[in-house]
Amino acid sequence: MVEVTVDDRSLELPVWILPGHADGSMTIHLGYGRTRTGRVGSGSGFDAYRLRTSRAPWHVAGARIRKIAKHYELASTQLHSNIGLAPGPNEEPGFGVEGVEAERRHLVRVGTLEHFRQEPDFAQHMGHTPPEGLSMYPPWDFPGYAWGLSIDLGACTGCNACVVACQSENNIPIVGKEMVAMGREMHWIRIDRYFEGELEHPHVHHQPVMCMHCEQAPCEVVCPVGATVHSSEGLNDMVYNRCVGTRYCSNNCPYKVRRFNFFKYNDTETPVLELLRNPDVTVRTRGVMEKCTYCVQRINHARIEAEKEERQIRDGEIQTACQQVCPTEAIVFGDVNDPESKVSDAKAKPLAYDILAELGTRPRTSYLAKLRNPNSTLEES
Amino acid sequence: MTAPGKPPIVAPGHTPGSVTDQISSIVLTRMPRWWWAAFGASFALVMMLLYALTKLVFEGTGIWGLNIPVGWGFAIINFVWWIGIGHAGTLISAILLLLRQEWRTSINRFAEAMTLFAVACAGLFPLIHVGRPWLAYWLLPYPNTMDIWPQFRSPLVWDVFAVTTYATVSLLFWYVGLVPDLATLRDRARQRLAKITYGFLSMGWRGSATHWHNYETAYLLLAGLATPLVVSVHTVVSFDFAVGQLPGWHATIFPPYFVAGAIFAGFAMVITLAVPLRTLFDLKDFITIRHLQNMGKVMLATGLIVAYGYVIEIFMAWYSGNWFEEFMILNRIQGPYRMQWYALLLCNVLAPQLLWIKRVRSTPALLFVVAMFVNVGMWLERFVIVVTSLHRDFLPSSWGMYAGTRWDWAIFVGSIGLFLALLFLFIRFLPMISIFEMRTIVPKTQAREPDEVSP
Repeated sequence: MVEVTVDDRSLELPVWILPGHADGSMTIHLGYGRTRTGRVGSGSGFDAYRLRTSRAPWHVAGARIRKIAKHYELASTQLHSNIGLAPGPNEEPGFGVEGVEAERRHLVRVGTLEHFRQEPDFAQHMGHTPPEGLSMYPPWDFPGYAWGLSIDLGACTGCNACVVACQSENNIPIVGKEMVAMGREMHWIRIDRYFEGELEHPHVHHQPVMCMHCEQAPCEVVCPVGATVHSSEGLNDMVYNRCVGTRYCSNNCPYKVRRFNFFKYNDTETPVLELLRNPDVTVRTRGVMEKCTYCVQRINHARIEAEKEERQIRDGEIQTACQQVCPTEAIVFGDVNDPESKVSDAKAKPLAYDILAELGTRPRTSYLAKLRNPNSTLEES
Repeated sequence: MTAPGKPPIVAPGHTPGSVTDQISSIVLTRMPRWWWAAFGASFALVMMLLYALTKLVFEGTGIWGLNIPVGWGFAIINFVWWIGIGHAGTLISAILLLLRQEWRTSINRFAEAMTLFAVACAGLFPLIHVGRPWLAYWLLPYPNTMDIWPQFRSPLVWDVFAVTTYATVSLLFWYVGLVPDLATLRDRARQRLAKITYGFLSMGWRGSATHWHNYETAYLLLAGLATPLVVSVHTVVSFDFAVGQLPGWHATIFPPYFVAGAIFAGFAMVITLAVPLRTLFDLKDFITIRHLQNMGKVMLATGLIVAYGYVIEIFMAWYSGNWFEEFMILNRIQGPYRMQWYALLLCNVLAPQLLWIKRVRSTPALLFVVAMFVNVGMWLERFVIVVTSLHRDFLPSSWGMYAGTRWDWAIFVGSIGLFLALLFLFIRFLPMISIFEMRTIVPKTQAREPDEVSP
């Protein structure tokens, strides 16, 4: 921790050193800290207003900072070291093994506009997708709807709205700092953050990751009780009632999007909390696995409406919770069997790619590579 | 029959009568004071195990150190470790019986018992490692009103079959082998309760020629049944990993490498138990240096296969050209769990090399030390396979770290307590060396000194 002193006011704070932050400055998030919030919140956060005055509401100059011999644990769903894309020949040491690995695995694919003009499908060339039909099982037909999702990395700003929307739509429990620090967060959608370039001024890329609804799902074959199965519309369904909690599916999931109820995280006893929950979504108990469902309750709702009116579900009629709140419309959901749908359109783009496609999972969630149009003079300076 | 220069499998000077006296007296006389102390200590550990299990059932799997990405930890490590240890018994009993290796006779009984207890400990872990243990029976195919069956493509279902079959056949094999000796104990017991119990368990054995004929047939058949199980069980256990697509798990070398590892671990545990027991109960005449030497040789041979497995894993990571595999090996060598990997190499590859030296093989204390290294090393091997593969897999954003909590340790140590407690009870109530089989080999050991054979 450090002690920050402005004039005669001082505050003890934890620091998190991030790549790209301007030298000689620090960002303090405003908030009062919590002193009397009961069991959940007492003693969490810091009162940043002690440093803020009406004379200098947003920027304070002349702050002094001093390292003090105290420790404060920060819980983060991302790695504590930085995930980065290695900057090429002169590798920066600061990014660590995670960065080198992320770069090698081409998880987030970024190109410049110029590169795109020369080679429009560059993103597809960065990985290797095995051809269809390598499986010993005959291919599965999806004659009706086939749900799919596309995420435009160029549009994603990493605002986290999708994470929050998903949490409230799907009754996802909030597990608290200790659990997050142990790596037990329950979010069905997460945003992976990547740094690219030099440590001093990196580019930041965001990649929302949720269940890929793989057509060849590695989780399904290993479940001993058939608690995760494929639907006729290509959803990878979780049958909570059937799950005994072997966690084998999560181990075999290369995307690590499955979440396990290590304890009984949901409070099902307090009556008032019933009002908090979405009545269309099962509240999960202890010892079962859960994960993104592509908001199956919304799909079923739309299906019922469409059947009442004796028609097909229209494109755009179903919006997943994450899609609905995305301020940049980076997320598109729909029927990939319908060639006119927006999601088919997105998946047909030259920038479309799947992550870890080389494993032959054939994910239904795909990404659009990010394009940048750098100003050459600015980039060089 | 002793080849010249080899130590005998029974010390000279024994008669069938003296064999029976010495082995059955362990059961029929009062236990020495150290037995009570040792049994008490292991029983205390069993109580700790029960306490930890109760907490686990009431609070949840979260009391362990598991997380996402490391969804399997101590429970699976312990399961594979115990089931591996449980391999030596059947190997010694069945395969060595079929190969007519007579030296097996004095160690087979307690090796079989050890197998049973190790399988019991192993069987505990798949049950408790699931999130909802009270529903673990859903892995069994049983008719139910919902008409739902297990998902037969999952290796965990294969595991259920493999382990339950193994446990059943091991129990039968052990029990059938015990019947003639139970009759001996029935005849020699003085207390009424002991007479009735042993009499009940010996199923009316009177030692007639028909009895012996039936017995020999049944025992041989069971040996034939048990033999493929020695190979199949750990093969299926290795499928838990090999069928997954995780780098570090997804390897075709796993079945043979696991089976060799299991025999390696099993013999190490037999030595770990045999060395102190032969001293404490004065059984040096029956468990001789020859036995220890042979077990040391088996350990060395299987240890070399295991070492070959390690080398092939590294070679395949490079040869496959699969970057995920390559990274997995680099992460083992340089990553945060590298110390466990180096310790594993020390215990499983370097330590057994001492067994090339005859003096080490024939010195019980040194053999015991090597066996202890192997016991630890085989646990570490499973730790490396389970945890080091899981903690850094495909997406760096999801990487994490894992460490066992005190409850992980309590259950692990508690399971060792359970194993030892069962073993001490076995020593107390059943003959730990097969009396009648020892009697059959006594005349052979003395064939060269006809003068000394008692009338």
